[in-house]
Amino acid sequence: MNAQAPALRDPRLNRPEPLPPPLGDGGFFQRDRAIHPPVHAPGYKSSVLRSPRQSLLSLENSISEITGPVFGHNDLGPLDNDLIRNYAKDGDPVGERIIVHGRVLDETGRGVPNTLVEFWQANAGGRYRHKKDTYLAPIDPNFGGCGRALTDDTGYYYFRTVKPGPYPWRNYVNSWRPAHIHFSVFGSGFAQRLITQMYFEGDPLIPVCPILTTIPDKDALDRLVAPLDLNASTPFDSLAYRFDIVLRGQRSTYFENRTAGN
Amino acid sequence: MPQPLNYLKETASQTAGPYVHIGLIPAMAGFDIFEKNFSNVLVTPNTKGERITLEGKVLDGTGTPLRDVLLEIWQANAAGRYNHPADRSAGALDDEFRGWGRAGSDFDSGLVTFETIKPGAITDRTGRKCAPHVNVWIVARGINIGLNTRLYFSDEEAANAADPVLNLIEHPVRRKTLIATRSERAGKVVYAFTINLQGPEETVFFDV
Repeated sequence: MNAQAPALRDPRLNRPEPLPPPLGDGGFFQRDRAIHPPVHAPGYKSSVLRSPRQSLLSLENSISEITGPVFGHNDLGPLDNDLIRNYAKDGDPVGERIIVHGRVLDETGRGVPNTLVEFWQANAGGRYRHKKDTYLAPIDPNFGGCGRALTDDTGYYYFRTVKPGPYPWRNYVNSWRPAHIHFSVFGSGFAQRLITQMYFEGDPLIPVCPILTTIPDKDALDRLVAPLDLNASTPFDSLAYRFDIVLRGQRSTYFENRTAGN
Repeated sequence: MPQPLNYLKETASQTAGPYVHIGLIPAMAGFDIFEKNFSNVLVTPNTKGERITLEGKVLDGTGTPLRDVLLEIWQANAAGRYNHPADRSAGALDDEFRGWGRAGSDFDSGLVTFETIKPGAITDRTGRKCAPHVNVWIVARGINIGLNTRLYFSDEEAANAADPVLNLIEHPVRRKTLIATRSERAGKVVYAFTINLQGPEETVFFDV
């Protein structure tokens, strides 16, 4: 444990006005598959044998999809959103200190409150703390590479870490992943469940990444790239990147005396 | 030009990758970091309902088990009620059952297991009865967007035959891809399942 690292501060944001939720049956907005990577994307070779070939069966949302697990602060520990401290043994991890912050929103622009956000990444040298990662870059004894946070009542989250490094992987002989952080997000219903990856503004590996370029929509790809947010950085301590995550919107439904889905 | 609607667009999915364990089940990646961890055990000693083990594999297009896959399940409790504020059905909530768990496949065998209870039949918001089922979400290296499917129970033949979702599946031969098979092993109830990503037995996946 390193007593020197100053505490992680809470870099707040201005918030845009959300749209009113459309009335309806409480179901989620239909997923626009055109902005997601196709299941079968031959340029990302691992997808070839792991992609369903039949059409997905479209299912109007039932109670099984509208509901999902509920998490609370009891599920987390106090250092879970501080990757600089949560695995530190005898000092800080090596690398560029950064804050990553943003909001989890739905497609109406409303914050998704109290939802679990989990994140994991390689260390500054591009090496994962994982028994299956054999890349020659060294493990950092002070860096685990994972954390999690619960969004606040406006959907806001933040965490502190070091910037991950790029690393090579077996796709083409000379394929490299751009620096990235993996994100897992829940939302309020199981149909909103999403895993994605955040990339960093200006990374020259972005346009040549076989995984990132599975996304057919240029704007959707750009939305995975977090801009440097100098205003949220901590002078003489950490740079900041901002990454907003949008989950599927939900129609309202009326029962008893209150609305749900908004 | 009409007024703009200004909806945001959903964030694009990306594969969970081969090291998904680090973030979601770090003990499987080989290290200990969190005080509290999520797991494949959904029950406490006080959870109401019949104890069951769900046990299965996810197979790729060659029939080989995925050994780096992660599954999450979401299910109702023994009374058929989801532990979520949007479920206002009549069944009693069980404070000892969140109804959610996650499991990584074994790095050698590819086996995935959950320790849970058999869910009750669900009454949907329209009042229709749905057969007991477990909702499954699958992510892994090579899976670009999480796959949604369901598990139904082989000993619920009548309820399955009437289930509105199973009946949406056009080809009856494909419905059986969602049925987990009950057996007893050393006094424990085990439901075995196989999820085929491709091939003639390809599992039915849903666009939810």
